Amino acid sequence: MNPDIKDQDLLKGLALNDKKAVETIYRDNYNMVQSLVINNNGTVQEAKDVFQEGMIVLFEKARSGSFELNCQLKTYIYSVCRRIWLKRLQQINRFSIEADSMAEVVPVEEDLEEHEKKDQEFKMLEKAIGNLGEPCKSLIEAFYIQKKNMQDIAGQFGYTNADNAKNQKYKCLMRLKKIFFAQYKNGK
Amino acid sequence: MEDIQILETVERYIRGEMRPDERVYFEQLRKSNPEIDQLVVEHTLFIHKMNEMGELRKYKTSLNDVHTGLSEKGLINSERLKGKAKVIYLWNRYKRVAAIAASIAGITTLTISALVWYVSPKPPTDKIELLDRKIREQQNKTYQLSKEIDNVKSKVTEPEVNYKTGGSGFIIDVKGYLVTNHHVVEGAKFIAVETHKGEEFKAKVVFEDKTRDIAILKITDDSFKPLSSIPYAINKSSADLAAPIFTLGYPRNEIVYGQGYLSAKTGFQGDTLSCQIEVAANSGNSGSPILNKYGEVIGVLNGRQTNAEGFAFAIHSKYIYTAIEELKKKDTSYNRIKLPATSSIKNAEREQQVKKIENFVFMVKVNR
Repeated sequence: MNPDIKDQDLLKGLALNDKKAVETIYRDNYNMVQSLVINNNGTVQEAKDVFQEGMIVLFEKARSGSFELNCQLKTYIYSVCRRIWLKRLQQINRFSIEADSMAEVVPVEEDLEEHEKKDQEFKMLEKAIGNLGEPCKSLIEAFYIQKKNMQDIAGQFGYTNADNAKNQKYKCLMRLKKIFFAQYKNGK
Repeated sequence: MEDIQILETVERYIRGEMRPDERVYFEQLRKSNPEIDQLVVEHTLFIHKMNEMGELRKYKTSLNDVHTGLSEKGLINSERLKGKAKVIYLWNRYKRVAAIAASIAGITTLTISALVWYVSPKPPTDKIELLDRKIREQQNKTYQLSKEIDNVKSKVTEPEVNYKTGGSGFIIDVKGYLVTNHHVVEGAKFIAVETHKGEEFKAKVVFEDKTRDIAILKITDDSFKPLSSIPYAINKSSADLAAPIFTLGYPRNEIVYGQGYLSAKTGFQGDTLSCQIEVAANSGNSGSPILNKYGEVIGVLNGRQTNAEGFAFAIHSKYIYTAIEELKKKDTSYNRIKLPATSSIKNAEREQQVKKIENFVFMVKVNR
């Protein structure tokens, strides 16, 4: 089964976080997932969470560059979200999915496992950054995530010059790396 | 080089910001210095993770933006479910939980009520204690003795009557009609009434109303002379809550005054025939008049709750009128009964009022 060209284009756009691509995929698939969740004991809010997590899985796959889509994008998204919702239902001991014997499903277990591992890592990193406290948290985020230059950061955080900011950032970074790698090695 | 500078260099290397010659030099340094190499590997991983996280955050934000945008445009149905759909949806979602909860609640309720019913002692049932006065044996004996002495003295052989129980009553017509409680005279063979001065007259029941606990007595004794006008009035309307009231009756062989106030417009367990008064009442007070401060009878004391002291119940005085009307209907010879409608002691001091009233309040003695 060859995925159509449109799906491939969308995935390329998605990997670059292209708003147009995200919007198209969202629009074409959200209602399907929402009715899946709502018909199986979920709420609108839960449907949104499940769908967005599915979108993240797709995003990660698209970004990895090694993703081969063997079916329609719709089927893949449905399978992923179904799997996610099934897992949540099991966690909270609600009952299992009844009404989807009609729908086409592809195996996505491995993809999800990979996603969970990554998700764990991100949570770990988020937590490590959170544990830094201020101003370290904002300083690190400004430099490594928002990718501002040291000059701007010094201005924003009220340091007299970029070197002071750099010093402070270095101290924060050392702490963060220590926390992160300790957890990272434990997690491995 | 200091650590901070090394790190900066490494970062520049990772970001690819080095000049080509610098880069060659640094790569040589990496090869020769495992510590630097280790740092580069580690930091590359770190930067990579940070970048990924940054991108993911951005992506999540854009997902939310897209969601909001699309639902505003109505391209996805994420708006809140409304009306019937919502009810059905909630029902579908919670029906099992609701069913389980309901059955647990049901079972628990049944179990608890069964347990409570089984374990708890039967509650003491509230009862009205009718305030008959039990005349003490000793008094009876004295009475018998004096009777005997009288008999011997007068040599009159009239049948000896032994009055065992009694209550109070009060005049409602000067020709010798009294009101008392039905329960006081119920099943009586002989009835006598006695003034506070000790004069005794025979009497008979001319009317009784068991539901309202009212009985009308007529003094039949020849020695009874019609009284002067009755000082108190008998009210047709009921008194207001908290109205001060007083009563005169015979809880002992002596006339006793008591005062209090109207504490509830209904009587025992919401009985509308009577009202509740706060006054000390004892056996023998049954049939005592309840008067307001103007000297108007507002009720007839008839009982108290067995498990509560300090308050009593009184039948509304309007039922005296009802009783008299029914009596007149039954027997036209009673047509001349006229209830006192105005009080002549309205503005008198309480002592003066009582002094007048006490002549019209009788002890009712009963032989069954």
